[in-house]
Amino acid sequence: MSLLVCEGLTKNFDGVKALSSFSCAVKQGEIVGLIGPNGAGKTTLFNVLTGFIPAESGTVLFRGKEIIGKPAHKITRLGIARTFQILRLIKRLTVLDNSLLCYQHQPGERLGNVFFRSRQSARHEAANREKAAALIKQYGLGDKLHDLADALSYGQQKLLSLVCCLAAGADLILLDEPVAGIAPEMIEKILDVIKGLPAQGKTVILIEHNMDAISRVCDRVIFMDAGAKVCEGSVDDVRNDPRVIEAYLD
Amino acid sequence: MDYLLHILILIGIYVILSLSLNLIAGYTGILSIAHAAFYGVGAYVAALMALKLGTPFLANVICAIILSGLLGALVGIPSLRIRDDYFVIATFAFQVITFSVLNNWVSFTSGPMGLPGIPQPRIFGLQVSSHWQFLVLVGICAILVFLAARRIVESPFGRVLKAIREDEVFALAAGKNVAAYKVLVFVIGAAMASVAGALYATYITFIDPTSFTVMESIFIISIVIIGGAGNLWGSVLGAAVLVILPEALRFVGLPSSVAANVRQIIYGALLVAFMMWRPQGFIGEYTFRKGDQG
Repeated sequence: MSLLVCEGLTKNFDGVKALSSFSCAVKQGEIVGLIGPNGAGKTTLFNVLTGFIPAESGTVLFRGKEIIGKPAHKITRLGIARTFQILRLIKRLTVLDNSLLCYQHQPGERLGNVFFRSRQSARHEAANREKAAALIKQYGLGDKLHDLADALSYGQQKLLSLVCCLAAGADLILLDEPVAGIAPEMIEKILDVIKGLPAQGKTVILIEHNMDAISRVCDRVIFMDAGAKVCEGSVDDVRNDPRVIEAYLD
Repeated sequence: MDYLLHILILIGIYVILSLSLNLIAGYTGILSIAHAAFYGVGAYVAALMALKLGTPFLANVICAIILSGLLGALVGIPSLRIRDDYFVIATFAFQVITFSVLNNWVSFTSGPMGLPGIPQPRIFGLQVSSHWQFLVLVGICAILVFLAARRIVESPFGRVLKAIREDEVFALAAGKNVAAYKVLVFVIGAAMASVAGALYATYITFIDPTSFTVMESIFIISIVIIGGAGNLWGSVLGAAVLVILPEALRFVGLPSSVAANVRQIIYGALLVAFMMWRPQGFIGEYTFRKGDQG
């Protein structure tokens, strides 16, 4: 059974077709690359899947349940986390605090518990702290634990936003240009992290313009243009598809 | 001596007001100019209950907290859906409406004549009447509000507030119900402000609507910004500085008719100066200037 099934997703921005009856299915444990020219609707698709933008029509089933119409924070709680093309982190909080923010169901985040069940909240917080610190160390940011997120390099910030998705406990991770604009050795590191995700039971959809990166991590590629799926298949198949070549030459 | 105590009592009341607004504006980043309205609601509830029903002080304070909190929810739930600048206007509208009600519902609030002869508080048989006693009462309340605020901002709940202030989209993506947090913190702030109102009404023993105008809201905002938004000690420091400052002007020897106007000018000039050269206030962690946010 597919983890995620989109059918007939449509979204227009002032007459521009950002999504036009887009459909796709993603299986558990897959790494799917989403490619296409600028303005093809890739980020719009992410925004629709995560509840940031409402779709005009279409359905999205996640683990067989409809998620269209649910608010963004509920979709995250259901197990879909994302990163943003323009990096989003709380720059004036530490690396540790950024990842701590992303854990779900924290008792200390409920006001009543802050005052009336403070011990239980503190225990839970301490446990999360350990988990978060271990996670950050595991992904090579251990020495930055107490630095402000702002003090990290751009590549490290991208890595941290990926770590945040893991902290959120998401099963489906949507990465919007995870290796764009960062140093080559950091690209290696992030690609290794992405490759290792299916082994942890995670499923990944990633938007990327770097075809080398795509071919190294993706099991399958979907090519989008003008809001619609043009073709899909293995990286080489899609790369050599005449429609893809044509779209890029236009 | 009483004069000095009077100043300290006023500082205590403004500490409560600025701490509660700091939670809303400094920690969560939502600027409200309705704070004097909640302050006024607290004052009028406490005064009217004491005058008309003769109920004890603590019961009046609890009613003030509840009513003010409910009004906070009433204003917050619809207006926090709209974006930053429009929220400011919505709170301004609530501020104006509250003042009009206090000023025009003459049969209930006595309108512009105000409410004289408000009974002083009696708590568990202890009559609070001297300046010293009031200072202790206000001090205890201010400390309780400070401790409650500190508990909030140091908890995971407070971490979410800061995340909302810095980047709402990130907070949403992290699975936080941003709208609910905003309403909740607005309600808490409103409830806390009403405590300051109840203390003020029973201390001065006379209130009228002019104490709770939009000017008062702006004064409280000035305390938060000049003291330092996003820092609890900033609110304490800001309240002390801005309450003492006009008092210091008395000793310069200006005639009282001029002094009042000079006071307004100084507040305005200070606010502009801080916004331009030190937007984080004395010891703040947040500026309201958009470009400064990373």
